[in-house]
Parts: sequence; C-alpha cells; structure tokens
Amino acid sequence: MQLIQANQNLSKCNQEQTKSAKSKTVGRFKKISPALAAATCSLLSAGQVGAQENDGAWKFDIATLFYAESDSRVSAIEPVFNATKSYNDGEVLNYKVVFDTLTGASPNGATPSDSIQVFTRPSGNGSYTADAGETPLDDTFRDTRGAVSANWSAPINRDWEYAVGAYGSKEYDYLSLGVNGGLKRYFNQKNTTLNAGLSFSSDMIEPEGGKPIGLVKMAIPGEPGFESNFDSTRDDDSDSKTIIDALFGVTQVINAHTIMQFNYGLSLSNGYLNDPFKILSVIETTPGANFGGNLQDANGNNIYLYEARPDSRMKHSFYWQTKYALDNGDIIDGSYRFMLDDWGINSHTFDLRYRWQLGDAYLEPHLRYYLQSEADFYKRYLTGDEYNNGTPTIQEASADERLSEMDAITVGLKYGYKLSKDQELNLRAEYYMQSHTGDNGFGKLASQDLYPDSNAIIFQIGYSF
Amino acid sequence: MTLHTSGKWISLMLVTLLASACSNLGVKPWERDILARPEMQLIHDPVEAGLDDHIYFSKEASSGGRGFGGGGCGCN
Repeated sequence: MQLIQANQNLSKCNQEQTKSAKSKTVGRFKKISPALAAATCSLLSAGQVGAQENDGAWKFDIATLFYAESDSRVSAIEPVFNATKSYNDGEVLNYKVVFDTLTGASPNGATPSDSIQVFTRPSGNGSYTADAGETPLDDTFRDTRGAVSANWSAPINRDWEYAVGAYGSKEYDYLSLGVNGGLKRYFNQKNTTLNAGLSFSSDMIEPEGGKPIGLVKMAIPGEPGFESNFDSTRDDDSDSKTIIDALFGVTQVINAHTIMQFNYGLSLSNGYLNDPFKILSVIETTPGANFGGNLQDANGNNIYLYEARPDSRMKHSFYWQTKYALDNGDIIDGSYRFMLDDWGINSHTFDLRYRWQLGDAYLEPHLRYYLQSEADFYKRYLTGDEYNNGTPTIQEASADERLSEMDAITVGLKYGYKLSKDQELNLRAEYYMQSHTGDNGFGKLASQDLYPDSNAIIFQIGYSF
Repeated sequence: MTLHTSGKWISLMLVTLLASACSNLGVKPWERDILARPEMQLIHDPVEAGLDDHIYFSKEASSGGRGFGGGGCGCN
C-alpha cells in the first residue's frame, strides 16, 4: 500500500516538475520553480523510500504566535503547523507550514518635525501624514505570508549523517526560494559531533509602485508634474538577491549532565538589499529660522530621499550554547552569539532559560539581551550639505532603525503541561523592549525625540501530539 | 623570550590542554539517560525557535548563529 502511494507521489512529482518547467504563468519566477519542485520531490521520494522500509511515528506541533507592538505599530498573527516523522532507522522527515498576517504601521525612517509632514504612499497613489512631533509611520504596512519547508535527514552509516531541505515563502510583493544540505560526522562514541551545512536562497521583490532609486528625492502629490516626477523615481518593477549561508559546528557532550555547542556561520547576501519603503529626511544646515528643520524644495515641500544600501553583505557569526541538567530535573540553557559584518555592525546576544520541572508541568523563565552597533552608512537624517541640491555627496545611507545602535531586552515565561506521554500543551508570554541611540540632531531637530523606544508583546500557544 | 615566541608557547600549551581535556570529555552510551531527554536537545522546541528567529530577524540587524541566518521574507 505504501509502495503504491509512494509511486503515485513520485509520478505526481514528476508530472509537477514537467508542469512547472513548462509553466509560463509564473513569469520571472519560472526559472526557480522547477528547481524547487525537483528538490521538494527528491525530499518526498526520499521520505517515501524510508517509509517502505520501516514505519515510524508522526509527531505534530501546532502553535500560534500573537505579536503586537506598542503605539499601534505592527501586529502579527502567525500560525505554524509542523509534522515530523521519525523512522526506526534514524531517518527523520519534517514538513512545516507557516502563515503570517501583518497589519499596522512601521517607521518610514523620516525624522519627527515641528510641523505636519506629508509622504507619498509607496504605490504613488495618495499620501499619508505625520503630525508635528510624531514619529512618521507608514500605515500601508500590510502583508500576508505563506511559507512551506520540507527537510529530510538520514544516517549514511554509523558515523555519518546527511540532511537535505527545501523552502519556499511567498508574500504579496516578495518570493523566497531556498535549498539546503548538511553533513554530520560523529566521533568518540557520539560524544563529539562535527557538522557542516550549506544553504542557498534566491529572493525576489516586486514592490507596489516599482522599485525606488536610492538617494533620489520623493515626489509629493500636488506638486507640478507629480505623475512623471514619481515615475522618474522608479527604475524597475522588481529586483532580486541571493543569500548563501555556510555553517560549521561542533557539539560536545561534556558529562552526563552537560552538552555544549560551538558554531561558526558565514552568510553572503548579494543583490537588492534596500528596503523600498524606507526614506531619509533632509535637514536644513543654513543658519536662520529653519536651522535644524526640514529642508524644502521650490514648491515648499519637505525633501525626503529613498534609502540606498550596499548591494552586498558578508556576515560572520560565532555561537556558543550550553545546556546543563540539574539533579532535580531542572535545566539551565544559556547561549551567546557574536556577529559582525562588513556593514560595520557587530552584535552580542545573550540568552538564558531556566526550565523548572514541576511534576508533569514546567515553568521556563527566559531572559534575552541584545546589543548592536550601527551600520557605517546608518544616518538618522541627511544634512542639506550632504543632499547638495540633488547631487548627494554620499553614495549610501539608510535611516532604518534596525541598522542603528540599539539594545533590546526580552523577558518571558513559558508554561508547559504534559497531558499524556506524547501530548503537551504550552503557553508563552514575553515582553520585548528595544531602545536606540545615536546622533541627536541640531537646531530645531534637537528638540524632537529621534529614538523613541519600541516595545512588543509576544504570546504563543502551542500543542504537540 | 620575545612576545612573539611567548605567544607561540601559550598557544601550544592551550592546544595541548584542550586536547587532553577533550579526551576526558563525554559519557559511555549507558550514561546518556539525562542527555537523551527531549528537553535536553539543543533546540528542543523548533517551532518556538523558528518563530523567535523570525521576530528577531524582522527587528534587528543580526540573524542566524544556531542555524542558517538567511532570508526567507521581505521583512528585513
């Protein structure tokens, strides 16, 4: 029966591959779709071959995450469905489906001002405003994302294991497709494990209204020739980036209570790395009544420029994690990550969890601390001198708060209850606090709050069976 | 002894120390009962780990470490 089903699935896969290879409707994504279909089908067939040899047990995890930022910024609901089948020979097949619904408003990068500000919507249709003294938020931030992944891992022999996986994620204006593979080698009676993994991802963005040109002035509705001015700020409908990740790790059993891991990760991104919705304010540097206010054009409109980031990024990460089980069954889980990249950002992440076993239940307090330096090209605003009447003196600039100097603290508590041997219900509540620091401006700008704190509530409910 | 050669000696001693320490690390297969507990796996709740990675990827400039730090969404 399983053999028949496996063959049916395989032939379906072959049909799908042929179909997707022939597909004309998927437009620019058509080159990647057959590759993803092939990878997914290889995974499915690998799983089915495993199924023929010996049956295993399925384990399911379903969870929903609720995420809400303060000041009616972004809120998200994210249901996850995860299915894992473990075979008796050590093979593991995993499928995961995630949905993600985002609504709310996100800072567009412009500084608050002492007067009302008008911004063009990314689509070019209409505008949104920010009151005096208010952090400008783009309220068009709305998206739904669906992501699927399939992973398969299996022993090659007593000492070696391999893993392969494929991934696809689609949003209204974004598509990401990826494949990954890895090898594991056990030493010293499986007390030491070396692993190496490689992941390749190809992402495409098709922002509504087209892709803005970096460091070009935003056209404002109502100005003479707005339509053609807006079109001249766009150079293409879409763009792409590729991301290659390599990960090398060693896991060591220290003693009967302790396990430790060290990882080194290298990540290379190439292509369009801008956020098409982020802009920068240009601030008046000429002494006078408007010193530190928004620089204005001949029409009396504030000048804003679209951001421009480098088209490549190389990140290195060093990760250490240790888990220690106490005699009473409680577990301490601590980790530290150091990351640095060629954008000038380095960061430290400390994470500590204590799992307090209470019979069939457990309580897990969680504390996370994150500290990051700003990117070399991060600028809270551009000066009139840097704007230089439309011929900027700099090539790269972004006011995206995620590239600024920041620290963040997460405090959380998780409660889990074992309903039976294979069933667990868990609830998690966390509070995330992020604060930014940097250049505080000059003149009129100095009285504005350029780095408001942002906080978020995270709530998760999960059930495993 | 110059700074350069003393650095070499310190490195050699560290490597020797680590190598001798590592050979004493680990457990026999029958001593794995605690380490085999599901909650002792390094990532014992992959769903939660995935959700957290997604949140922090969207809000901060760093990603990855325990796994691949790639992309996967237009949120950053």
